[in-house]
Amino acid sequence: MMLLEIDDLAIGYGGDKILSKNINLSIESGQLVGLVGQNGVGKSTFIRTICGLQARISGEILLLGKEIDSQNPKSIATQISVVLTGRPDSLNLSVIELIALGRHPYSGWFGKLKKEDKEKIDQAITQMEINYLAKKRLFELSDGQLQKVMIARALAQDTDLIILDEPTSHLDLKNKIEVLDLLRKIATRGKGVLISTHEIQLSSKACDLFWCMDFGKEMLIGHPKTLIDEGALQHYLHIPKGILK
Amino acid sequence: MIESQLDESKKKWKKVFLLLILVLLTSFILSISLGSVQIPFSFIVNHFIGSSDNEVWSNIIQNFRIPKTLTSILAGSALAISGLQMQTLFRNPLAGPFILGISSGAGLGVALVIFLGFWLGGFIEMTGIGRNWLLVGAAGLGSFIVLSVVLIASFRIRSGVSLLIIGLMFGSAVSALVSILQYFSQAENIQAYVIWTFGSLGSLSWGELNVMMPVIMVSLIFSFLLSKSLNALLLGENYAESLGLNLKRARMLIIINTSLLAGTVTAFCGPIAFIGLAVPHIARMLFNTGNHLLLTPLVILLGSILLIVFDIFAQLPGMQETLPINAVTSLFGAPFVIWLILRKSNLNYSF
Repeated sequence: MMLLEIDDLAIGYGGDKILSKNINLSIESGQLVGLVGQNGVGKSTFIRTICGLQARISGEILLLGKEIDSQNPKSIATQISVVLTGRPDSLNLSVIELIALGRHPYSGWFGKLKKEDKEKIDQAITQMEINYLAKKRLFELSDGQLQKVMIARALAQDTDLIILDEPTSHLDLKNKIEVLDLLRKIATRGKGVLISTHEIQLSSKACDLFWCMDFGKEMLIGHPKTLIDEGALQHYLHIPKGILK
Repeated sequence: MIESQLDESKKKWKKVFLLLILVLLTSFILSISLGSVQIPFSFIVNHFIGSSDNEVWSNIIQNFRIPKTLTSILAGSALAISGLQMQTLFRNPLAGPFILGISSGAGLGVALVIFLGFWLGGFIEMTGIGRNWLLVGAAGLGSFIVLSVVLIASFRIRSGVSLLIIGLMFGSAVSALVSILQYFSQAENIQAYVIWTFGSLGSLSWGELNVMMPVIMVSLIFSFLLSKSLNALLLGENYAESLGLNLKRARMLIIINTSLLAGTVTAFCGPIAFIGLAVPHIARMLFNTGNHLLLTPLVILLGSILLIVFDIFAQLPGMQETLPINAVTSLFGAPFVIWLILRKSNLNYSF
C-alpha cells in the first residue's frame, strides 16, 4: 500500500531560500527508508515539511492518496507520527503518561483512555521491550531509554507512517543496533518507517532504501548496498570510497 | 499491565483530593472565624443554621468575612491556574499570570482613572460603590487592550518565545507610561495608586462578587477542557502539532482563558503577586506530577487554600491592623518554596 507520495516537492524557507527541489519519492508499507546526507543539507527541514509542521515551497504531498493540506491536524496525526531530535521540553511526566499522549488524536476532551487506547499503549510498551521502565519518570531515564520511550509513544499513536529524525543519535552501539532492529521489525509488520541518520554503515543493513541528499543536487535513491558498491553514496556524502563496506 | 497501574494511581489521587478538599473546608471555616473582631465559634455555627441573635456579628460574617473568603478562593484558584497555563504554554518556569502584561495594562487603566480623575476634580466626590466600579472597569479595560494586542501578535508569530518577549516588552512600555503619570502627580494620588498595587481581598461587596464569580467559574471549568492540549504542549510545539493539536487555536484559547482569569482578579483585587508564579511549582513539587489533568484541580485547590491562609495572616487576628496581602503572600510564600526546593534538592525537579 502506498503510504506517502511526494511529487515535485521543493523545501526551504521563504521564497528564495530553497534547500532542495524536484523531490519525487514514495514510501510503501513494509519499507524502512533511511534519509542520509551531510549536516545542514536539509534532512530535518524535509522531515518537518512532509509531516506538515513546516510550509513547503511548492509541490504535492499525498498521505494515503490525499493531499496533506486538505486534511486537518488531527487527521494527519492519525496517519503520521514523528520522533524528533532532542528531548521533550518537560520531563516531569511518567513513562506511561508520555506514551498515553500518543493517544491524543483519538481521545476526547479530557483525554480519558478507552479500552482500545490502553491496549495500544500496552502493545507499544511490549513492542519496544520497555516494560521495566513503565513506572519511571522521564527525568530518571538515560538517553537510550528515553529514545525507546519516545518511539513507543509514536507506536501508540498507531499511524501507518512513522518518521524519526536521527533516532540513533546519542546512543551507544548496543542501543543503536537495538533501536534499528526494532524499527526494522516495526516496518516488517506492515508500517512505513522513515529515519534520518548518520549511521550509514549500521542502517545500510536495516534499511530497504536510502534517500540521499547533497547540496544543490537532486535526491539520490537506491538500495543501500548498491549505492555503496557503486560509490554513488560516498560521492554524495563527500567521503572516501573505501570507508564504507 | 497498564490497567493495574492506572487503578493504583486512581486510588492514590482520590486520597490526595479528598485531603485537599478537607483542608480547604477547614481553612474556609478558620477564615470566617478569625478577624479583628472576636466572634465565638458557637455563634458562627448558629449563624449558618440560621438562628443568630447578634445583628453586628451577623453583619460582619455575612457582608465581610464570607465575601472576603470567597474572594480569596476565586482569586487564589484563578491566579494559580493562569500561572500554570502560562508556564506550560511558554514552557518557562518563570512565567506567571502577568507575563503578557495584563497587570501592567490594568495598572495603566487604574492610574489613568486616579491621576486624571483627581486632575478633573471628579474623583474625590465619588466614593464607595461608584468609585469601586470605576476602578474595576478601568483595570478591566486596560488589561483587555493589552490582551488584544498580544492576541493579534500571536496570530502572526509561530514561536512562543517571540510572543513571550513581545508580551514583556509591551508590559514594560505600559509600566513606563504609569511611571510618567506618577512623575507628574501629587503625593496623595501616588499613594492611592500604590495602595491599589498592594492588592486587596477584603473590599469586595456581594454586588462585585456576583460579577466576578461567574466569570471565574466559567474560566475555571474551561481550564479543565484545556488540560489535554496543555499536556501535549509539554513535549514542545512541534510534538504538540504532530499529535494533532491546532497550535494557534490552542494558544489563542489559553491566552484568552488566562487573561479572563488574571484580568478579572486584577480588576477586582489589584495585582496580587506570588500566587500565580509559585502555586504551580508548589503543586508539581508536592505531588510530583506534570500531568495537567491532575495539576488543574490540584492547583485550583492549592491556590484557594494558600490565599485563604495568607489572608488570615494578613488580618493579624485579634488586632486592629491588617497587612497588605501582596506583602504577606511573598513574605510567607517565598520561604515555603525555598524550603520545598532545598528539601527536594537531591531530586531532579523538572517543571
